[in-house]
Amino acid sequence: MVSAVFHSPTAAHLQRARQWHAFWMAVLPPLMGLGLLIGVWALVSITTKGSIPSPYETGVQAIEIFRDPFYRKGPNDQGVGWNVLMSLERVAVGFGLAALVGIPAGFVIGRFTFLSRMFNPLISLLRPVSPLAWLPIGLLVFKGANPAAIWTIFICSIWPMIINTAVGVQRVPQDYLNVARVLNLSEWKIATTILFPAVLPYMLTGVRLAVGTAWLVIVAAEMLTGGVGIGFWVWDEWNNLNVKNIIIAIFVIGGVGLILEYALIRVATAFTFEDVPS
Amino acid sequence: MNHDSKYIQIQNVEQTFKTTKGLFPALKDIHLNIAKGEFVALIGHSGCGKSTLLNLIAGLTMPTHGVLLCANREIAGPGPERAVVFQNHSLLPWLTCFDNVHLGIERVFGKTETKAQLKARTDAALNMVGLAHAAQKRPGEISGGMKQRVGIARALAMEPKVLLMDEPFGALDALTRAKLQDELLEIVARTQSTVVMVTHDVDEAVLLSDKIVMMTNGPAATIGEVLSVDLPRPRQRVALAESADYQRYRKAVINFLYTRQGHVEKAA
Repeated sequence: MVSAVFHSPTAAHLQRARQWHAFWMAVLPPLMGLGLLIGVWALVSITTKGSIPSPYETGVQAIEIFRDPFYRKGPNDQGVGWNVLMSLERVAVGFGLAALVGIPAGFVIGRFTFLSRMFNPLISLLRPVSPLAWLPIGLLVFKGANPAAIWTIFICSIWPMIINTAVGVQRVPQDYLNVARVLNLSEWKIATTILFPAVLPYMLTGVRLAVGTAWLVIVAAEMLTGGVGIGFWVWDEWNNLNVKNIIIAIFVIGGVGLILEYALIRVATAFTFEDVPS
Repeated sequence: MNHDSKYIQIQNVEQTFKTTKGLFPALKDIHLNIAKGEFVALIGHSGCGKSTLLNLIAGLTMPTHGVLLCANREIAGPGPERAVVFQNHSLLPWLTCFDNVHLGIERVFGKTETKAQLKARTDAALNMVGLAHAAQKRPGEISGGMKQRVGIARALAMEPKVLLMDEPFGALDALTRAKLQDELLEIVARTQSTVVMVTHDVDEAVLLSDKIVMMTNGPAATIGEVLSVDLPRPRQRVALAESADYQRYRKAVINFLYTRQGHVEKAA
């Protein structure tokens, strides 16, 4: 009798056990993933006899770097904060210009079959080209490293925005377009009250892909163009043979990319209207 | 010649669709006249082309052969004088009920009336379907029956000459459907609208219409029989249930649908 009572846990007990289980299921796997990364990294560091710095050394160096991220000692020696901000600025300008051109272009390509047939072959031809292949053209036309880097970002981020916007326009439910036809709405009214809200989720997907690609490409572009920027910083530290800083840069690039992605997903969910079926 | 008795004229209409398996004849030899203020139900088994015929009257599709006239003018495309209530309500989910109704009103009356008048029209339309309280709600926040009422309000608010309804109550439960049918009877009596309604519900057809157009099974469906329903208006659902005339009309439609046109349905 006593043992039976002992073995039957109360409801509160069960509840607490379940909460702990949920907590560990949420926390433990990511921690183990991170542990695995650091473990493999340490192993590589040991087997290469320290030419790849150990996680501990890199950590110490990172604390040193992040203590003063915004110092300036001449044009080629600035804090990691300035480098990241400069890269973000290039991405913002290049991406912003691409959005200004790409989103309206996507709208008209999606709306008019003639234009869609006219531009689809061009897009299919140019889209698979590595954005870096456009860098020399940028250098030639704009005669400067910075505008050339922005040009490269422009080219790589315009395709996802054109394509996703166009697909979004083509997938606007026929019902909504029938409503527009029966109400005899003007093309402008159709664009603002039906197409734009219906396409917005697709467009934001395009924006998210574009920003992701732009952040990938900026590092490579800056390695080639120089100046201040996270990509240039990686290349500069390679020339200094400062591998610890390169690893830190990798984590910084990853972290910034993650934040951008997360922020854009939040924006996208805020602007998505689910049509609740009756 | 009395122009009102042939308000909508459908002459020798044929509709063929191009599919991946070749040409599909949906409708052929359709002849029908609809008088002004008449309530016509199109009834038939699924896939018999009722909705295709409605879309032709709406001008959403063009016939492969033949002509459709409305007030002696050829139907060349959709327009606000032939408002459509869609089967799945088709409200824009990002607009409030008010804005959904206002959209059509603005288009029809925007050039001649003030903003206050347009707003008054919208409020009146929502009031008519008993949804004044839901004006600022989005379609996602209201029930299926309420959405369908907004769809009806949107169509009626444009003061169309013809109201086209594609199984407007098909997706609703029986009780809501009965309530909306009663409301529709009342509204149509008040506005004297010409109505063409697609339905597969025999009771709905007999209760609401002046004329029931029964269609044969597809492919190449056509009008099998036209039944005039001479029940006095206003019609009361409960009283009609016991009326011998009502039962006779009901039986005629059921006889057509299940005895004479039932075999294809079984084979399908």
